[in-house]
Amino acid sequence: MSIPVLKFDAVIVGAGGAGLRSAIQLSEAGLKTAVLSKVFPTRSHTVAAQGGVAASLGNSEEDHWTWHMYDTVKGSDWLGDQDAIEFMCKKANEVVVELEHYGMPFDRTDNGKIYQRPFGGHMSNFGEKPVRRSCAAADRTGHAMLHAMYQRNVKANTQFFVEWMALDLIRDEEGHVLGVTAMEMETGQIVIFHARATIFATGGAGRIFYSSTNAFINTGDGLGMAARAGIPLEDMEFWQFHPTGVAGAGVLITEGVRGEGGILRNSSKERFMERYAPNAKDLASRDVVSRAMATEIKEGRGCGVNKDYVLLDITHLDPATIMKRLPGIHEIGLQFAGVDCLKEPLPVVPTCHYQMGGIPTHYSGRVVMPKDGDMNSVVPGFYAGGECACASVHGANRLGTNSLLDLLVFGKSAGDSAVEDLKAGRAHRELPKDVADRTLARISALDNRKGGANVHETRLAMQRTMQDHAGVFRFGDMLKQGVAKILEVEKAARQLEIKDKSMAWNTARTEALEMENLIEVAKATMVSAEARKESRGAHVRDDAPDSAEFPNGRNDKEWLKHTLFSPVDNSISYKPVNMQPLTVEAVALKTRSY
Amino acid sequence: MERKDYERLRWRCIRRALLELDITLTRFLDNGFDRLNDEDQRAFVELADMEDYDLWDLLTGKAEVADPRLAPIVALLRKS
Ligand SMILES: Cc1cc2nc3c(=O)[nH]c(=O)nc-3n(C[C@H](O)[C@H](O)[C@H](O)COP(=O)(O)OP(=O)(O)OC[C@H]3O[C@@H](n4cnc5c(N)ncnc54)[C@H](O)[C@@H]3O)c2cc1C
Repeated sequence: MSIPVLKFDAVIVGAGGAGLRSAIQLSEAGLKTAVLSKVFPTRSHTVAAQGGVAASLGNSEEDHWTWHMYDTVKGSDWLGDQDAIEFMCKKANEVVVELEHYGMPFDRTDNGKIYQRPFGGHMSNFGEKPVRRSCAAADRTGHAMLHAMYQRNVKANTQFFVEWMALDLIRDEEGHVLGVTAMEMETGQIVIFHARATIFATGGAGRIFYSSTNAFINTGDGLGMAARAGIPLEDMEFWQFHPTGVAGAGVLITEGVRGEGGILRNSSKERFMERYAPNAKDLASRDVVSRAMATEIKEGRGCGVNKDYVLLDITHLDPATIMKRLPGIHEIGLQFAGVDCLKEPLPVVPTCHYQMGGIPTHYSGRVVMPKDGDMNSVVPGFYAGGECACASVHGANRLGTNSLLDLLVFGKSAGDSAVEDLKAGRAHRELPKDVADRTLARISALDNRKGGANVHETRLAMQRTMQDHAGVFRFGDMLKQGVAKILEVEKAARQLEIKDKSMAWNTARTEALEMENLIEVAKATMVSAEARKESRGAHVRDDAPDSAEFPNGRNDKEWLKHTLFSPVDNSISYKPVNMQPLTVEAVALKTRSY
Repeated sequence: MERKDYERLRWRCIRRALLELDITLTRFLDNGFDRLNDEDQRAFVELADMEDYDLWDLLTGKAEVADPRLAPIVALLRKS
């Protein structure tokens, strides 16, 4: 069967913030650039970001990129690479101002500068006091950002392939990346995108968990494709959780609800936070509250048939106050929990929010992996940025508003590096003979299999396993069982069956193909989490508690290193954290406390 | 509705920018859409083609539904 080949200088998979930012660099350099997306670009998940983007512009008060760098290193619990963190914090002003020139409608101060708001974890003078560093466009920052960058790309003649799904990475025998295979959803046609540079900007994979704030689209396709092509995944044990997502739905309930007096209760209606945080109670920090909730559920004091959530109670508050101060919460309760929160408490669980790990990259956006003794050998022709990549700037925990910054900075640098490599003469390499075999085999297996596993049930089994065994608070025995369980789910995920065999617009097939990506991410997460025997940032283990020797359970002597999960044999290796910034002094190791 | 058109619509409901809309639209598609007459189905397609925040504002009552053809579907979605 002959498969059409489309030739481009660069192919970018993903039209969210990171993909659009990369595309601007390539198209404006006059290179023929294709951008593939499963959805219309401005329907990418970046739209959901409301909070803002960090940059030490110092428009409202004194600020400096070294302070931002300090906050980021500390937030990462020292697992972030300090060269990459310096690179990002230093470049923040440049990329935010560029965005302004692209037409992004930032909120402004009276004298016309970009207005900056305070945000958790943003401090001046190396952790001294809060500073206003977040730049926003009302509560639609991500949305405004995508629109501005999409328009810029249209002007620059970027070629969009909308409602196309990339399926597999093309790598030749020497390890060079030559493009992707992809499916046009409207026809079901498989096409080869043959490129001199391939950039992944496919976003997160939060749908591996049962409870996730991420939209359904976050199925980790970039990670799945990289894994199938033999590229390891870095630091996959680190996922940021938000304490209050609506149970079953994942939709975020803002911290403001507890701020206004909301109380968390267990199955016997007990206000359990009094036991965990006698002073702050329900207003304790995100991780303390999340862990307390997880402990209540693990110890059998959860609510509902499966005893798998706790309650957020605001029934004692004045209804008028709720409607005035917490607009939207009533609607969210009705729509997503079937609960009138004025009369009944809301079911909530700690909910997966952001993926810190991903495809390993250098801060130039080039993908790196171990080869011949070099832990950071460049994979020629391959670049990544945004949530699918791990530069690593977020380390063990991301600082709020740093992910929009990540996608601007590393989206741009991935684009710049690709331009540089292409100008230096990187040519189209010959496609291997078996170029699309893997993709065609996957499709034909789906079309021909009888008596296989159901996609929906398999996804649910994976999500339950991840939530129960690798959630916000982790237990050694549960992680061990989790590894065995997820490998069982993997067997089902390799045997999926779909009923609809049509070519054109076959959403069942698309969802099955996404499931094959999700399982790669789930497996990498579970195995990496089981292996890391300390607590650090968002990875908190019951058997690595706070102690005098290991404050917060963190053990730098053994575990100050990045995890690399190899999808080839499910093995783990480690590589050192880069503690050497580019030009300034390193941020020395310290206990992380706020 | 033809299979192909329905499947296209399905994709545009199950892969939104906002999780809130993923859930609301998928639920309605699986449970209610079939019972609409042709005209109302067309109105739903129009709603599903809107930008995420524009649609979400309609569903939460933050914005008014200007087009009378869309109003009954918005009301159904809010109740779904
Ligand atoms: C509710 C919520 C609020 C948030 N708020 C903030 C905030 O205030 N500040 C902040 O800094 N961060 C925030 N974040 C995080 C931030 O929004 C994301 O990390 C970031 O937007 C990810 O951008 P991206 O470009 O990497 O990916 P995305 O925007 O998710 O884009 C991924 C793109 O890849 C495409 N794609 C994926 N797979 C394929 C495939 N196989 N084939 C073709 N195309 C594919 C998709 O179609 C899409 O275009 C928030 C996240 C959530 C969930």
